[in-house]
Amino acid sequence: MDFIGAYSADNLKFLLDGLYVTLIVAFVSIFLSFIIGCMIGVIRYSEVPVLSPVMFYLVELIRNLPLLLIIFFIRFALPEVGIKLGLITAAIAALTIFEAAMIAEIVRGGLMSIDKGQIEAARSSGLSSVQTLWHIVLPQGLRRMVPPLVSQFISLLKDTSLAVVISLPELMHNANIVIGHSYSYAIPTLALVALIYFVVNYLLSLLSRRLEHRAV
Amino acid sequence: MEGFYGTLLSSVLALIGSFLIGAVVAVFRMTSVKGLRWFGAVYVEFIRNIPLLLVVYIFYYGPSALGFTLDGFKAGTIGLAVYTSAFIAEAIRAGIMAVPKGQMEAARSSGLSYIQTMLHIILPQAIKLVIPPLGNQFINLIKNSSVLTLVAGLDLMYFADGISTETYRTFDTYIFVAVFYLVLTLPLSYGVRIWERRLQRKY
Amino acid sequence: MKMSKSFKVLSVLMIAAMLVIAGCGNNKGKNDNAAGGNAAGGAAADSAAIAKIKERGKLLVGVKFDTRLFGLKDPTSGKVEGFDIDISKAIAKKILGDENAIELKEVTSKTRIPMLNNGEIDMVVATMTITEDRKKEVDFSDVYFQAGQSLLVKKGSPITGLESVTKDTKILGSKGATSIKNIKEKVPGVTVLEFDNYQDAFSALKAGQGDALTTDDAILYGMASQDPGFEVVGKPFTDEPYGIAVQKGNADVVKAINDTLAELKANGEYDAIYTKWIGKAPAK
Repeated sequence: MDFIGAYSADNLKFLLDGLYVTLIVAFVSIFLSFIIGCMIGVIRYSEVPVLSPVMFYLVELIRNLPLLLIIFFIRFALPEVGIKLGLITAAIAALTIFEAAMIAEIVRGGLMSIDKGQIEAARSSGLSSVQTLWHIVLPQGLRRMVPPLVSQFISLLKDTSLAVVISLPELMHNANIVIGHSYSYAIPTLALVALIYFVVNYLLSLLSRRLEHRAV
Repeated sequence: MEGFYGTLLSSVLALIGSFLIGAVVAVFRMTSVKGLRWFGAVYVEFIRNIPLLLVVYIFYYGPSALGFTLDGFKAGTIGLAVYTSAFIAEAIRAGIMAVPKGQMEAARSSGLSYIQTMLHIILPQAIKLVIPPLGNQFINLIKNSSVLTLVAGLDLMYFADGISTETYRTFDTYIFVAVFYLVLTLPLSYGVRIWERRLQRKY
Repeated sequence: MKMSKSFKVLSVLMIAAMLVIAGCGNNKGKNDNAAGGNAAGGAAADSAAIAKIKERGKLLVGVKFDTRLFGLKDPTSGKVEGFDIDISKAIAKKILGDENAIELKEVTSKTRIPMLNNGEIDMVVATMTITEDRKKEVDFSDVYFQAGQSLLVKKGSPITGLESVTKDTKILGSKGATSIKNIKEKVPGVTVLEFDNYQDAFSALKAGQGDALTTDDAILYGMASQDPGFEVVGKPFTDEPYGIAVQKGNADVVKAINDTLAELKANGEYDAIYTKWIGKAPAK
């Protein structure tokens, strides 16, 4: 074990470069998967004919597959049918698709938890079903969704590490390169990387608790 | 097919392991002993906030510094168990907390000891509540076991990589593997859903 | 009961979707092959690949980032350096007139052929052995490096060469590499553990996860030079002629590469690059 060598300025900078890629990919994916997940969740909730059942099967399919498989598939199998995505695009696409399916379920669950009586009351006071959804159900549902959503975002941030299989130069990939340089760096580097992930994710969960308090 | 077996075995072992660790940690988190409670909280918070792959790497590379080794399968399975245990601990804790406090008080005042109350009153109810989240964790476990491929863990994904690089048929290979995973995970999610419905109907 | 029905529908839908996708995949594959054949046939289409590179003004090369002496990314400088890189630069100079008009992309043994066939890179210069199987997928240049497969072990290991490898020996290697196939043929029933790249495989050897790491001797010497605790043992037991791979049908690119290689060999630069990285002049 060589802590001093492992934490040289160059290695630290290299790991931070990786963290930068991790954060960029994670935040873009969080943003996209949140929007897509909300849309699918609302479609599932509102029981549109044809569209809702199709979404149900799609979500079930994706939720039951390993993310690692999806990442590798999008990057290297889709080109065989003519869909070619670059390195970062493929990583973001895979994470977005997978997490959007998870978020769709959270959104649907959140919407379902709203008391049916409220919907009936809103409808009978003359609001349309879209208005009811928009003004009554969504605002309340979203508030209840905050905790599971944030933990899903944390999962997403952790899951970016799986993009090592397609050589995305993110935190985990760069850690492997440092370890490859000298094996005595293995434990110190892994420990440091664990700490980095922990700090970032813990800050996220603190933020979510803040949000919850404000919402209540 | 060998990979299918590897994935299944690793998932089952990791499930048992993570359940045991998770149960112990959950108890730690709810005891009145401050040190244990603190340890449980730190364990859960730390593990939940780092990637599974990292946990697996730690068990794969770490032991050699201490003079022994764990092969890819063992390191991967232990990593999976440790990682999942943090989530299971939370699920169990939530389940126990969901049983109304009044029941504990009622049982205690009717002469049962703390342990008796736990065993006969609280736990049977809590387990029913805990089963759906546990089932979901098991599905996650099966999916997550795919990271074993990165430490040559002889799982489904590992053999898929081998086949696809030998045949250059990436698309077909991974579609095939996807079906294998679905064979494992879809019946489970189905089961979890049914159980959830039954619970809902009861209350 | 409603649920079980929808799950049945789900499985049917799933299989149907997969059949459709797989069907598309096959058709698409056929089309691609047809297009490739045309390109190879017509001289006008031939220069398209070179024209595309010139238009872009940059040569996209797939190289290893984890293989000392051939292509290694240095965390300190962020640069990728090695024998493969110098050869790539010479090709860029030949085609574009500027050795720095080049972009290096990371490939592994597992990902290099998919990336090439996706058109993400113009060529693969990544310790890639020319084999009959691979020739069906890609076109190769002339041999630009002659390697042979060997074994890397911890110093003092009971393994002294291929002879001492038995069924109970744990061999480590890299996914998609020819060396895995070779060792399985030489020692039937041997346990081989495959990693995503050589760096991970070497880390595993250091962690005591296996008895020997097998791949081409040139790569192994690079590892041994990095860590004096390990040595290359025994004589090379296969011939591994490295070639530069391009997409099938790009005959003009192959020609440009071969011209470059011939020039480098004629003017002595090849020997200079070889000596710079391998530490000795190439055997004649």
